[in-house]
Amino acid sequence: MAEPMKIRATVKGDVADIRVLIAHPMETGQRRDAKGELVPQHFIQSIVVTYNGKTVYTGQWSQAVSRNPVFAVRVRGAKAGDKVSVTWVDNKGDRRTDEKTVDAA
Amino acid sequence: MGGTRRSFLRLAASAAIVATAVATGLTRSREVWAQVWNKSGFEAKAVAEALRSLGAANATDSKDIVITAPDIAENGAVVPVEVTSRIPGTESISIIAEKNPFPLVATMELASGSEPYTYVRIKMGETSNVRVVVKADGRFYTAAKEVKVTIGGCG
Repeated sequence: MAEPMKIRATVKGDVADIRVLIAHPMETGQRRDAKGELVPQHFIQSIVVTYNGKTVYTGQWSQAVSRNPVFAVRVRGAKAGDKVSVTWVDNKGDRRTDEKTVDAA
Repeated sequence: MGGTRRSFLRLAASAAIVATAVATGLTRSREVWAQVWNKSGFEAKAVAEALRSLGAANATDSKDIVITAPDIAENGAVVPVEVTSRIPGTESISIIAEKNPFPLVATMELASGSEPYTYVRIKMGETSNVRVVVKADGRFYTAAKEVKVTIGGCG
């Protein structure tokens, strides 16, 4: 099972700034290991962020997103205590969901 | 004795129903995930092809797309790209690294509750334009910024 994501969600004014760090190798399929063999592709393809149960962000990613991806979403009409949920699925079918409560800035 | 047998059967039946429900639920969600991913776009080797896959072959140049990325990225494996769109009705933001082996990097669909903003760290094989395509009210707009890469990040 994949490692938990690090999610930071703070509200400033009425906008929530959500930053997510995912631990994932994001292999491009072009890198060779020490034996000179290609390392197979392994990367996150889909990522969904919901805010209080409503989908606010649907990302489709390729292998060209950096290793251990970091991304951000900003949501309007936010307040402290709101619920953020992030789910990713990679090309091998592995998936993980993590949740976070929005903090006051 | 008979009672136990009956309740066992009932239990078995309901377990089977739950199992079927879980199985169909899972397969359905996997299909949805698969459909969402723009396979032809991500496997395109030319920028024009990637743009076509987004439906953005005739995107208009726009000054209302603000791209924040380094002028010189020492490490092509981690290039932070931040995009803010000032175009009303922004629905999605796509990022294309023009000289990558597979140029289309990511597409972010933003629901109306979220700001027309995105941030992600990408890999770049060599110096090239980072092109951003914004879909707003069903129309496509584009802007680009050159990023010089010292060490490529694709290998």
